[in-house]
Amino acid sequence: MPTYSVFDIAGPIMVGPSSSHTAGAVKIGQIARALFDKTPTKVTFTLHGSFATVYKGHATDRALLAGVMKMKTADSKIKESFKLADQKGLKYEFEIGDLGMQFHPNTVRITLEAKGRKKMSIVGSSIGGGKIEIKKIDEFDVDLRGVAGKYLSIVISHKKRTGIIAEITAVIAGFGANIVDIQSSRIAEKSLTFLNLDNYRPTLQEVLEIEKIPGVLYVRSLTKLAK
Amino acid sequence: MYSFHSSSELVKLAKKHKKPIWEIVLLNEMSSSDKTRKQIVNKMSERITVMKEAVNKGLKLSTKSVGGMVGTNAIKLSKGIQKKQKDMMMSKEALLSITYAISTSEMNARMGRIVAFPTAGAAGVIPGVFLAAQKKYKFSDKKLTEGLFTASGMGMIIGENATLAGAEGGCQAEIGAAVAMAAAALTEMRGGTPDQCMHAASLGLKNLLGLTCDPLGGMVEVPCVKRGGILSVLALSASDMAIMGVESYVPFDEVVESLNHIGRMLSPKLRETALGGLAVTKTGQKIKKRLGFKDTLNGNADLY
Repeated sequence: MPTYSVFDIAGPIMVGPSSSHTAGAVKIGQIARALFDKTPTKVTFTLHGSFATVYKGHATDRALLAGVMKMKTADSKIKESFKLADQKGLKYEFEIGDLGMQFHPNTVRITLEAKGRKKMSIVGSSIGGGKIEIKKIDEFDVDLRGVAGKYLSIVISHKKRTGIIAEITAVIAGFGANIVDIQSSRIAEKSLTFLNLDNYRPTLQEVLEIEKIPGVLYVRSLTKLAK
Repeated sequence: MYSFHSSSELVKLAKKHKKPIWEIVLLNEMSSSDKTRKQIVNKMSERITVMKEAVNKGLKLSTKSVGGMVGTNAIKLSKGIQKKQKDMMMSKEALLSITYAISTSEMNARMGRIVAFPTAGAAGVIPGVFLAAQKKYKFSDKKLTEGLFTASGMGMIIGENATLAGAEGGCQAEIGAAVAMAAAALTEMRGGTPDQCMHAASLGLKNLLGLTCDPLGGMVEVPCVKRGGILSVLALSASDMAIMGVESYVPFDEVVESLNHIGRMLSPKLRETALGGLAVTKTGQKIKKRLGFKDTLNGNADLY
């Protein structure tokens, strides 16, 4: 049973035509870009389910690309995102693919590439009314969902080491932030940990401080989940 | 302290604190989000501004939508009201509600800026009803903003106990929700009691149960755009009836429960897949062909 903010109902302010196929697509693109944390030079979108069948009519393709270029759901330039990507030298590709029965019909896999940066892929679903969920980051299964304006998440990639999560949470608690939810998934020697913070936005300096913890590979602060 | 999960809880809170529904919804948002009253109210009033911009822009345009199926009707209606209103069956305000709702949805179909309320597909109803009511009752924008909180509270109850997505519950979950939200909000703005608001919402939603989501080519154009206009009038009817003392025999929470049951019973072909209903009529097939729509069951193998 989901809990709602009034702004999950009253919004988003967006360009049409579909809250799930346009606004939701922008948001998934935004999160992919925020997680990559660098301007990509190439991005590949694998469209699944209803995203694969009706994406053209709903401008899902332009919306996804717009999100990767950090546009917001109400940006009137979403329509022109192909042109803007060409001007910026961002290469993009759309392909149809079956990501598997376990995913919602409105799902996309976004793969981002840039020089000097390891390729990253995320899988996100648009579940209605502009609400989205991130289901995979690289090989890790995750379950990241945003209630409008409520929680701010940070994502931490780290190596397997006894006590590392306790160290991370202690450092964050030291900032005065209240951790309301924690998820961690591990494959072989690597882990991905998500922390939902209650209305607390870590500063760049604080992010760097977490990155200094031995074994931490990178930290991403998803502070724009609200829009 | 102000949290609610059903309409009966919401009404109880309103009575207990002797406050209107909109204020309970606002107080709940303040306690669950740690935002100030001012921040929340300002963010909500921005929605009124965007709604008005979309309506006004739409009334000046007759360019076709992305799918080419809609885009010319808001202007026709707006001219018609100026010239022939006296000969029409409905009041001027009811006709304006239709016009504003269609104007909003035509903008949406042109990839213009709108407020999804509760979804983009059903985004016409609230501005239609609210802006027509503003014309008639001279409501201030502040009053309309309060009404948006009432409407949102109703949407939260429907989303929590059923669904607001056409892909899950059919159009009853989108337009049905929008009409119920608009009817309750209009009733409160007109001075109705919390109970009357719930009766208005029930009267609206009950009459849309079972409505399918089967738009042509899977696009938010036909029948969505005109449906929003026509059904915005249902919100006016429901509110008028509630204000005159008519009560819904079935309480709102039970109507929402049946919305949820019916949504589960609806074939997936009638839930935003363009595989049934109007989408597979002769006209619907023509549109699919033109759009290059592929009937793939990718991730939906249980459909056939």
